[in-house]
Amino acid sequence: MYVAVKGGERAIDNAHSWLAEERRGDTDIAELSIAQIREQLSIAVNRVMAEGSLYDPDLAALAIKQARGDMIEAIFLIRAYRTTLPRIGHSKPVDTGAMACDRRISATFKDAPGGQVLGPTFDYTHRLLDFKLAAEGELPETPKDAPLKGDMPRITEFLNRDGLIQSEDRGDETPPDMTRQPMEYPANRALRLQALTRGDEGFVLAMAYSTQRGYAKNHPFVGELRIGTVGVEMDIPELGFSVEIGELTLSECETVNQFTGSKTEPPQFTRGYGLVFGQSERKAISMALVDRALRWEELGEDNKGAPAQDEEFVLSHADNIQASGFLEHIKLPHYVDFQSELELVRKIRAEAMGAHREAAE
Amino acid sequence: MTIQTTETEARRAWMGLLAKAAPARLDALLGEVGDLPDFTWLRRPEAGGVMVRGRMGGTGQPFNLGEMTVTRCALQIAGGAVGHAYVQGRDKRHAEQAALVDALMQTERASDLRRTVLDRLAAERAARAEGRAAKAAATRVDFFTMVRGED
Repeated sequence: MYVAVKGGERAIDNAHSWLAEERRGDTDIAELSIAQIREQLSIAVNRVMAEGSLYDPDLAALAIKQARGDMIEAIFLIRAYRTTLPRIGHSKPVDTGAMACDRRISATFKDAPGGQVLGPTFDYTHRLLDFKLAAEGELPETPKDAPLKGDMPRITEFLNRDGLIQSEDRGDETPPDMTRQPMEYPANRALRLQALTRGDEGFVLAMAYSTQRGYAKNHPFVGELRIGTVGVEMDIPELGFSVEIGELTLSECETVNQFTGSKTEPPQFTRGYGLVFGQSERKAISMALVDRALRWEELGEDNKGAPAQDEEFVLSHADNIQASGFLEHIKLPHYVDFQSELELVRKIRAEAMGAHREAAE
Repeated sequence: MTIQTTETEARRAWMGLLAKAAPARLDALLGEVGDLPDFTWLRRPEAGGVMVRGRMGGTGQPFNLGEMTVTRCALQIAGGAVGHAYVQGRDKRHAEQAALVDALMQTERASDLRRTVLDRLAAERAARAEGRAAKAAATRVDFFTMVRGED
């Protein structure tokens, strides 16, 4: 018989005190500042902002420090904080065509107007540990060139001119918001994109990879990948006009996918789209591939039963806070649950043993 | 363009500049302006979230991308001008100072503020953007043909 008890307050308090000490580590080593994390671990900060679904580099850096670098814990802290913020409103859709690009590449058109601009990329590094970083060193000067003048037109617009790619219908429908209403299936593309952009990078990457390996294959090319800053504009009702309220760094990926046509669509290229907070290109490309795979129904493609085509499977498992919340709760006390299971097993076992004995006699 | 839309465009420009300014820099520049007027709050600084939207494929229907932090406030200075601010981040003093500049830009001190604060914020911003664009330009790939196959 199990009797419900309470307790553990002292143990919990002491555990948290020790956690704070372990977080700080060796006090002979200088403490990390929020600004150091924000400036020098910026890709980590970007991931916490993207999956925390809140753009605020200082808060994300604080969360990383508090979580001792546990990214999902940091994302959890941001999600929890986010719920305390009053919603002031929503922005106008950002114009990524007007992005001030740090990076812009196309894997489909070598001579794209505006050129192939590599930006501060890990690509083409040899992935050899750089021991110079282990010692303090002087920073070499970054080369400069005359800034590029003129636009960087969207690559997909070239294809669009000839009708070779499915066009996006511009509109101003109010999109559903999964932070305000519970998810409902079937979800439309706007809801899918919202869930994917805040989804776990590892999960979205794995789903995208599965499509490349043949599960709902859709032959993606990176039509364009761009990273840079965009202004965010919002209508201010009390003023009667819109103003810029800030600017964000975003990563955008447009894929161009082979498409042989279907019952409803002519042969043409189709699109997948990824847009993510911060410099997060692996996530942006992954998102575009998964977006494209999930569009099978509207494009009249066959359902091949691939995981990446199953919207409910993808969207309901993409969120690492929901996932880790449910997963990790099983380590919390389940004494009463388990006691009942234990009694049940004992009872069934006794019956089974009894039946066995009877059969033997 | 009518006078009113010209005024609105000018105000949109300075409000946007103030929203994106680094709080410490705005504070330093405002310190050079001299006496700042007394004011009463119409809306005390309040931090909140704004849901940022994107467009599918960059040009299609809108979707919700995620929130950003924004602080807003409104105040009225002696003399009656009302200043509004919507600034990026959670810095209440940033919002207060942006609203003060917005109010003062509607008074006879406008040209002083433009010279001391806004023009310098704009110039520093342009220089930063130019610096990044120059670094990006240096990473542009120049292709050259090695061997042509048809010979």
